[in-house]
Amino acid sequence: MATLDEIKKSALASLWFMFLTFPIMVIRVNTVENEIEWRWTNLLFIGIGSFILSFVWRYMIKRKEIGAKEADESTDIKVSLGQRLQEDRRIYMPALVFISICAIAFPFVFSMYQTNIMITALMYVILGLGLNIVVGLAGLLDLGYVAFYAVGAYSYALLNYHWGLGFWTVLPIGAALGALTGIILGFPVLRLRGDYLAIVTLGFGEIIRLILENWNAFSFGPSGIANIPRPGLFGIELSLHQNIIYLYFLMIALTIFTIFVVNRLQASRIGRAWIALREDEIACQAMGVDKTKTKLTAFALGATWAGMGGVVFAAKTTFINPASFTIWESIIILCVVVLGGMGSIIGVIFGAGFLILLPEYLRAVSEYRMLVFGAVLVAMMVFRPGGLISTSRSPYEFEKAENSKRNA
Amino acid sequence: MEYFLELFLGGLTRGSIYALIALGYTMVYGIVQLINFAHGEIYMIGAFTALIVASVLTLLGWPTLAILAIASFAAVLYSSCYGWTLEKIAYKPLRKAPRLSALISAIGMSLFLQNYVLLAQTSDFLPFPALIQDWEWMEPWAHIIGTPEIVIILVTTTVMVCLTFLIKYTRIGKAMRATAQDKDMVMLVGINVNQVISFTFIVGSATAAIGGVLIASHIGQINFYIGFIAGIKAFVAAVLGGIGSIPGAVLGSLVLGWTESFFTGYISSDYEDVFAFVFLVLILIFRPAGILGRSETQKV
Amino acid sequence: MQPLLEVNALTMDFGGLRALDHLDLDIKEGEIVALIGPNGAGKTTFFNCITGIYNPTEGDVMISPPGKETERINGIKPNHVTERGMARTFQNIRLFQNMSVLENVMIGRHCRIHAGIAGAIFRNPATVSEEKQVVEDSYRVLEKIGLEQYVNEMAKNLPYGAQRRLEIARAMGTDPFLLLLDEPAAGMNPQETKDLDELIVKIRDEENISILLIEHDMKLVMSLSDRIFVMDYGKKIAQGTPEEIKNDPVVIKAYLGEEIDA
Repeated sequence: MATLDEIKKSALASLWFMFLTFPIMVIRVNTVENEIEWRWTNLLFIGIGSFILSFVWRYMIKRKEIGAKEADESTDIKVSLGQRLQEDRRIYMPALVFISICAIAFPFVFSMYQTNIMITALMYVILGLGLNIVVGLAGLLDLGYVAFYAVGAYSYALLNYHWGLGFWTVLPIGAALGALTGIILGFPVLRLRGDYLAIVTLGFGEIIRLILENWNAFSFGPSGIANIPRPGLFGIELSLHQNIIYLYFLMIALTIFTIFVVNRLQASRIGRAWIALREDEIACQAMGVDKTKTKLTAFALGATWAGMGGVVFAAKTTFINPASFTIWESIIILCVVVLGGMGSIIGVIFGAGFLILLPEYLRAVSEYRMLVFGAVLVAMMVFRPGGLISTSRSPYEFEKAENSKRNA
Repeated sequence: MEYFLELFLGGLTRGSIYALIALGYTMVYGIVQLINFAHGEIYMIGAFTALIVASVLTLLGWPTLAILAIASFAAVLYSSCYGWTLEKIAYKPLRKAPRLSALISAIGMSLFLQNYVLLAQTSDFLPFPALIQDWEWMEPWAHIIGTPEIVIILVTTTVMVCLTFLIKYTRIGKAMRATAQDKDMVMLVGINVNQVISFTFIVGSATAAIGGVLIASHIGQINFYIGFIAGIKAFVAAVLGGIGSIPGAVLGSLVLGWTESFFTGYISSDYEDVFAFVFLVLILIFRPAGILGRSETQKV
Repeated sequence: MQPLLEVNALTMDFGGLRALDHLDLDIKEGEIVALIGPNGAGKTTFFNCITGIYNPTEGDVMISPPGKETERINGIKPNHVTERGMARTFQNIRLFQNMSVLENVMIGRHCRIHAGIAGAIFRNPATVSEEKQVVEDSYRVLEKIGLEQYVNEMAKNLPYGAQRRLEIARAMGTDPFLLLLDEPAAGMNPQETKDLDELIVKIRDEENISILLIEHDMKLVMSLSDRIFVMDYGKKIAQGTPEEIKNDPVVIKAYLGEEIDA
């Protein structure tokens, strides 16, 4: 129950935020007409909003503290939702069948517009899973991820423009070029400490975007490249509608492929080394893991998926320009990974679903999209750094080993 | 020669502004080892507050000098308050979390504040009133350096001197230096670390706000996005000088200001912004400790 | 016989501070050697220098793995040191907290196996059998150290003493010929320390791994060690058998105030 003390605290917070937001929220100056607009209702909203939010804030902080204490005291392992989904076949199999049916039926049931949105969401799933290798598994904060995305998109656009290469030829080339850029950029910077790495990758991302914007002879500058062909299907002419359905299934296939690969990588020798590197770099090296090589593989693999995503993006929109590849794009992808849960595949899928689909369907809030993204990043870090769906490592089986011990 | 002098003074002006912002980065980094990614946004909010206050007062017909004083005061006050609140919300709960979490939270705050101003105000560029009037006796040199530039350089110098005094000789300044050395030890001798950190954010935000007002009235227009590029460049300057070191931040800012000024003046202005990034990448790769920073040995 | 590890005149400067000053040390096959000294004497720095975490300013670190050539390993990367067969533990436990106990040991096996990206994705028979082998080998190590009941537990959920032992298990996973233990008994209760004593002897006798340990628990040091090196202010001040060290006036002086009870 809210005590008097708590109400007082919230009232104070509310007053503080009313003061803080006063000039920016209330006053708007129209410099052309020389008029001042006073928006007093905004002040009221802020007051009420921060009063309520301060309760929520304190409640969440308290809950987090209690949670931490409990985790310290009890040794029994809590089974997370993600784990239950993965482990319990009774839930897992029907769910998978249900999802597959929905996925297949989707483009035939819903409109072309809806399908297009779904394609975008799947795109973010792929990009998110790619970035998840770098950020979630290897613990390298890469803020220039979009640079590799741009490399993929421009390689399709340019290779097609100059030499008429088709989508399917460029898809692996784009992926390879992404990986190559990743290695070239990664090699010098991966020695840097975590936070510096973040800023340097951000720098690289911006350098590539600014080059694309300024080097007209190479990239056609800010006006971009238009008329990029959609993916072909054995030379069959497709109508626009058919083409979108085709693209949709292509994305589904790519997503499944990505999940498959990431899942296998995660459970491999390399995946283990990534996680160990994230947990403790020095100990990891002292246990015989080559730091540079391991980081570089993560970086290059992440870039490979970004490159692939870029090719698909160019094919989907048929038009690209540097404006699609700003730092904020990298941050949206980061947001997808952080919200869902770093290192978790299901988490990334949910994250992309929430962040990309929700604003599309709730048109009223789409204006506030980036504002909400920012708030999500902060709130997730403060309250649930593990993401909505916590990671679970599947345990290893030892029946044979245990038997042999019993016999011995 | 005259062109050279013009570029030199232009670089000095640029560098001064970078220095005012870079100080905030460097002080915060020195104390909590965090890249305050949202620092550029604090600077932008300072500029916006000044713009709003100045416009209101102009419409009310106040004298220019009073407007300048009140607008600057409002900018400093509000930026400090935002800086303080920012720390309380986005960084304080993460004191013990991994560094990466705090950085992600900082990026979130940056995104949030940008869009907050975008939504509450406008996405267009707003004209910023020329608050600094030209001095008459400056007339003969006006083609080399204008009054606003002189004011910027003078104000920056004053701020630097005050800040150095604050950190070297005052009680809180000593507490700040001690906190930067060893947080646990400082706590044991009875210094309130939270207060010191809050104070650092307030001072850093205030200097950034001064930078915001000066540059906005110099360039004559602002929008919600000015904080990002300025923030990145100031960060480059701080890293160049050696992050955590206050003289380093000033030196780094001047070096960056001059290099940019000469580069755009003699070679090409197309890649002006690329330049800062390339600079950043090169320093971090070849001399991550910066010009004045000491390379640290990692403790095992 | 060529010593497994031979350190000559090892010197390490941090700026103006000399943390290690012309230190000599050697370990022969099958020995348990202890490195002792007051806090801040430079023991951990010594470990960091010979395991490649720091690059020593002067001197030689020579290793002669059984059946292999003698090699100077100054300045090579930590992972290469481990690959050559010298593995360490950390004084302030540095486990991979969010990985299972088994996975921690599996990381130790990392440099002994070879699967690459292609192997991970396609799971060719070689990779599958290699992975199976890794799981089994790692489990064996856990059995030896007595941690098998925790196999799938997260490292961070382990009791303190078990975490210390896991540090050793993880280092054992790398198949070393020489194990460097940095204060393995720190914070342990007398029973745990006694078990550790037995464990270390067992590792030496059954696995044929030689051991160099830094330790403050004098009782443990005196009962375990074949030879002891004593450091103070970065210099070696004495060396010899436990009996000799116990009665060395220089050592007693260095420990002034600190009792040597054994």
